[in-house]
Amino acid sequence: MKNHDIVIIGGGPAGMAAAVAAFDSGVRDVVIIDREDNLGGVLKQCIHNGFGLHKLGKELTGPEYAHVYAQQVRERGIKVYSGTTVTRITSDKIVTATNTDGILKIQAKAVVLAMGCRERSRGALNISGTRPAGVYSAGTAQKLINCDGYMVGKRVVILGSGDIGLIMARRMTLQGAKVEAVCEILPYSGGLTRNIVQCLEDYGIPLHLSTTVAEIHGSERLEGVTVAQVDQNRAPIESTRRYIPCDTLLLSCGLIPENELTLNAGIELDKVTGGAVVDQFRQTSIDGIFACGNVLQVHDLVDHVSDEAECAGASAAKYVLGNPSECGRITTCAGEGVRYVLPQRVLLSGEQVSLYLRVREPQTGVKLVVKSGERIIKTFPRLKAAPGEMEKLDIPMSLLSDADKTLTVSMEVQ
Amino acid sequence: MTRTLTCIICPRGCTLQAEINGDSVSVSGNACKRGEEYGRSECLHPVRTVTAVIRVENRPDCALSVKTAQPIAKEHIFDLMAVLRGMTVKAPVAIGEVICDNIYGTQVIATGSVE
Repeated sequence: MKNHDIVIIGGGPAGMAAAVAAFDSGVRDVVIIDREDNLGGVLKQCIHNGFGLHKLGKELTGPEYAHVYAQQVRERGIKVYSGTTVTRITSDKIVTATNTDGILKIQAKAVVLAMGCRERSRGALNISGTRPAGVYSAGTAQKLINCDGYMVGKRVVILGSGDIGLIMARRMTLQGAKVEAVCEILPYSGGLTRNIVQCLEDYGIPLHLSTTVAEIHGSERLEGVTVAQVDQNRAPIESTRRYIPCDTLLLSCGLIPENELTLNAGIELDKVTGGAVVDQFRQTSIDGIFACGNVLQVHDLVDHVSDEAECAGASAAKYVLGNPSECGRITTCAGEGVRYVLPQRVLLSGEQVSLYLRVREPQTGVKLVVKSGERIIKTFPRLKAAPGEMEKLDIPMSLLSDADKTLTVSMEVQ
Repeated sequence: MTRTLTCIICPRGCTLQAEINGDSVSVSGNACKRGEEYGRSECLHPVRTVTAVIRVENRPDCALSVKTAQPIAKEHIFDLMAVLRGMTVKAPVAIGEVICDNIYGTQVIATGSVE
């Protein structure tokens, strides 16, 4: 068995930023375990630009953003176990991993979970019809085109209008394919407005809201899909069914934090986020195990992932370097109009706490209200709020000193 | 003429109102200076940064990601893509390397590395 102070699981944007922050907080023995051959995670396939505006003050593509952090990892001499897959983490922080050399066991003092997320698959969506070739998750198609240099199809329908679906609509178009339609089962797009403009409107790609793919056709290769509008229960309306010939269907229907290792370690998970329950230092229900990035909550912007990971990395270092003092704690909960609030626990320590949340539905002219019992702690007005855009609320700790055990955040129309 | 635009410069996505009088455009609704520049450019001569991949001659297993160093005129995007599709490079290529000099008024540079 090897020993390392801090073991970081995952070499994507979260893992890299966490490693750098842990190192810079004074812990030298930090290692990253990454199942891929090169650092960068999903950024390697996100060749479009728009990354880093907030964090690095310039607009970069995904590979460039990854390069900045990979460079920082290298400069610090942080060891990376690449091509290595973690198979198990225990509550006493023994990490088991496997690679071509065999099985690796590491006793860590602290662990940072940064495994990212996976795409919801066709199986999970229950789309009826045949099972031909040509049905891809949007991210798989993205990897095939951008990293491996294969083109996946010529005539495309995309289900799901989250950012990956929108980005792929433009990508396929630029590579010479015809994108017939982007269908979205919800009455609104989950993607950023700027992506609807620059990925769909720029290229005249139609976006059909409240519309889903009801059936997949074709025996060997996909021949077409039947799309239909949906009713309030998201069930296809028979009379609206129409056939679109296509050879490719891309599914961009949500991301699921990849928490099998977390669950196995006995760490408490949040049913809504799909990630661990954490405090504002990103510590999970097991002392010394931290989580950050998309494995904790699915983010819209990598810049926020880096921020969150820096917090987790620095907290892990602090944990390794000494015991934190005991302090009071309160829990947060999502009230009316709010889907979730993270962190789920707040320790009464530090100057301020940032609460991250997503609202349930798009709304204009709202206020986000943080309450302790009936008492209003702070109110945050917003011109608009949407589920696709994570909200961040900064609350001075002084306002929480005499708060009840529970903080509720709700959205109210102004 | 008045146009309503969504600024694409940052994720905030401000809704802009652009008042166009010939060559002069006055922009409102922007949260920052870059929004004003975007609004003006979008009305007079829209430009986009283009990102793509190109083939690597001696590495058939991977592609090289590239971007235009500056945004190019929107109407040239597909012409540029056609050029890039027909192009190959030879590995090794390092991030930041100029792949194509002076095309539609800008350079095409590597955004990734291939060993």
